[in-house]
Amino acid sequence: MLVVSRFRVVLTTLVCLLGFVFSFPSLLDSSLYEKLPNFLRHTVNLGLELRGGSHIQLEVDLKSVEREYQESIVDEIRKQLRKQNIKYGKIKIQSEGENSAIHIFLKDVNDAQPVKRLLLKIGNELDVSVRDSEVIAVISQPFMEEFEKRIVGESIEVIRHRIDESGTREPSILRQGKDRIVVQLPGVEDSSEIKRLLGKTAILTFHGVDEDMETIPAKIEQKVRFPSKPGVVYLPELRGKDLVYYVPIKKQVSLTGKSLVDAQVSIDPNTGLPGVSIKFDSIEGTRKIAELSAKYLHKQFAMVLDGKVLSAPVFQSVLTGGNAQITGNFTMAEATELALLLRAGSLPAPLNIIEERNVGPSLGIDSITAGKNATLFAFLFVAIFMILSYGKFGFFSVISLVVNIVLLFACLTLLEATLTLPGIAGIALTIGTAVDANVLIYERIREEIRAGIKAMIAISQGYKMAMMTIVDSNLTTLIGSLVLYELGSGPIRGFAVTLAMGTLISLFTTFALTKSIIAFWVKKNRDKEMVV
Amino acid sequence: MFRLHLIPYGTKFDIVGKSKYVFLLAITVILTCLTFMIFKGMNYGIDFKGGYIFEVKMPVEPDIQGLREKLGSLGLGEVAIQQFGNKEDLMVKLEKSEEGKEQSIAIQKVKDTLGKDVIYKKIETVGPKVGNELVSNAIKAVAFALAAMLLYIAIRFEWQFGICAVTALFHDCIIVFGMFSIFPIEFSETSITAVLLTASYSINDTVVIFDRIRENLRKFQKMKLNELINLSLNETLSRTTLTATTTVLAVMSLYLFGGKIIAALALPIIVGIIVGTVSSIFVASPLLMFLNIKREKFEDKPKQDAANIN
Repeated sequence: MLVVSRFRVVLTTLVCLLGFVFSFPSLLDSSLYEKLPNFLRHTVNLGLELRGGSHIQLEVDLKSVEREYQESIVDEIRKQLRKQNIKYGKIKIQSEGENSAIHIFLKDVNDAQPVKRLLLKIGNELDVSVRDSEVIAVISQPFMEEFEKRIVGESIEVIRHRIDESGTREPSILRQGKDRIVVQLPGVEDSSEIKRLLGKTAILTFHGVDEDMETIPAKIEQKVRFPSKPGVVYLPELRGKDLVYYVPIKKQVSLTGKSLVDAQVSIDPNTGLPGVSIKFDSIEGTRKIAELSAKYLHKQFAMVLDGKVLSAPVFQSVLTGGNAQITGNFTMAEATELALLLRAGSLPAPLNIIEERNVGPSLGIDSITAGKNATLFAFLFVAIFMILSYGKFGFFSVISLVVNIVLLFACLTLLEATLTLPGIAGIALTIGTAVDANVLIYERIREEIRAGIKAMIAISQGYKMAMMTIVDSNLTTLIGSLVLYELGSGPIRGFAVTLAMGTLISLFTTFALTKSIIAFWVKKNRDKEMVV
Repeated sequence: MFRLHLIPYGTKFDIVGKSKYVFLLAITVILTCLTFMIFKGMNYGIDFKGGYIFEVKMPVEPDIQGLREKLGSLGLGEVAIQQFGNKEDLMVKLEKSEEGKEQSIAIQKVKDTLGKDVIYKKIETVGPKVGNELVSNAIKAVAFALAAMLLYIAIRFEWQFGICAVTALFHDCIIVFGMFSIFPIEFSETSITAVLLTASYSINDTVVIFDRIRENLRKFQKMKLNELINLSLNETLSRTTLTATTTVLAVMSLYLFGGKIIAALALPIIVGIIVGTVSSIFVASPLLMFLNIKREKFEDKPKQDAANIN
């Protein structure tokens, strides 16, 4: 006879009750939900396509940062070689596929070994090899990986600051793969502001303006030939709608926005125009701005943001308080944005937006309603079919089907998984397959009965015989979903979680719940004739 | 008491005997699918190709032809406009895939063309890079999952079973993929889920039948292999059809009531489940005939099983 121990019955009941407790908050509307104690305030996390919002995938431009890093090393090598009086033909960065190497062509073969030692002193992250008079330096792979990781990590921090400062709530910012960042903004319908904020690296630098060269005014889109002078570069400053001033700027950076502690919008009392007032940190920044203003007193200097001149004013006095004003051709909105960017800090690498999805709230609500209906009908269809096929026993499995759905929601809630559209499809499919284990057992029982065994014994025999099949088929599925989870990304991972959860839960309901119910029923009706 | 029986008990279909025709059919179908996939290509959605999708509600019933011409002149690639639901509801797709700032400019251009008072339900923009990675990542994940399942089956059964199960699985996946090439169904990110669901259902179904074959191999050691496979298939036929029916019913309700997006996902799943079921019966099991199963490996356990039954 089918016997289930009391301990197992108690445990089963407990799990089912917990399932109900943790899944019902998702069904309440917000006013009732607020009254719940804290530990119950978890609901199923709806994916963006269900609740509306923006999804932006960004690519961190690691290549450009790596290039910059290599160039800084090349600069250092040149400096050292000159200092040591070592003659060299040329130094170039050569890329081969993913990797790139610095090649130094020396005039004298005998210099190769000393240069190798020199390079190792410059950076112990360099792998140096010698080929005749050519010295090749490659930045080591582990260092590069660490470097890339740090850049992406820092980018995420800055993105978080910028989005927080813009007042957007509940953003989710996640790293994906090697160089991707996915930003999800629930409830945001128009992401153009955020995109503008993320599109700027916001590196603020202060430079002196070269006095010997002249600023060149030009029309936008007009081609201009610049006179060249070492250490000087012409950068554009927008003046009005289609007028640009090209300002000759000394390449050397005198001060960077890194030592900023605050930036606020301010109105210039003289002109009434909006600007940004910035405050430097009390030690280094304050000292540097004082030095700079003393050096360029009554001379022109330039404030540059991402390769564009914000303004190129003249220092009227020596700044000792660590405060400065950025004035320029700003509208109020531009000034606000600039202040925000400066407060949030600069990105370590440029970001490219490679994917974007915006879902309005109405579409989300439609999808949720449709999803609910579909799940409900899926349940009804399966329930009716099971009862038609197996009568009372079919009804027993419908009970566990209900518990199955409840537990699935409870798990989704507790794991803080995100329910997406394919997720809903997964749930409906779970409803279809959840009864499979029961079908296997019932069919086995029928076979045994047809072989002439008494129903009561056939029932326990059916469970025993079907066990092996169920273990094999479900383990195969679980192994598959485990691998998919480990290797997959995005939708594949979500699918793997739902599949694994559905499989485990249906095992539980079959062998704990339905089995208990049937054992109980068999005990009550042991004298009557049983039809399965 | 009334009981619904989809399959009467005690069937004696000669499934293995008919397998020649089924193999022929399966090979034809797979070749057709592959031909379409190679020569016509998949109907990749913008998830893979890159491009723009707008789902909008227009203030008044729009002049689709005029709109198509106007959007076409923007230089954003091929334009597709679909009406769905009400006449005001449009889905506009543009196929040009661009990166960075170009995207915002393009979106603004489209918004300007569509005019005022338009409600934007959904705007999607995908750059060209995303898709390639999605495909390679998905293929890698699925390949390893298949290998892991093959290994498990090989350990639990015999290696021949693993090969047959995975062959059937390939067959199913290719047919589901083929649907996205032959029929005008768009292959998007979520479509991968349809293929995965098919695979997981199919392997489950196959293992259940193999399990019965293994059991019978131990029970009836003198029975001819083709008779034995036929017996196992007939014995499990009732369960196979019942589970397939409940699953198809569930997915069918997704198709009927789940709304446009879910319905698009449900259709290939329905086909996948049917194909998966058919392949477990007609492909995976008869294939065992050709792989020279070592019967003596199943000779150890029968006494124990027999003792259990009596």
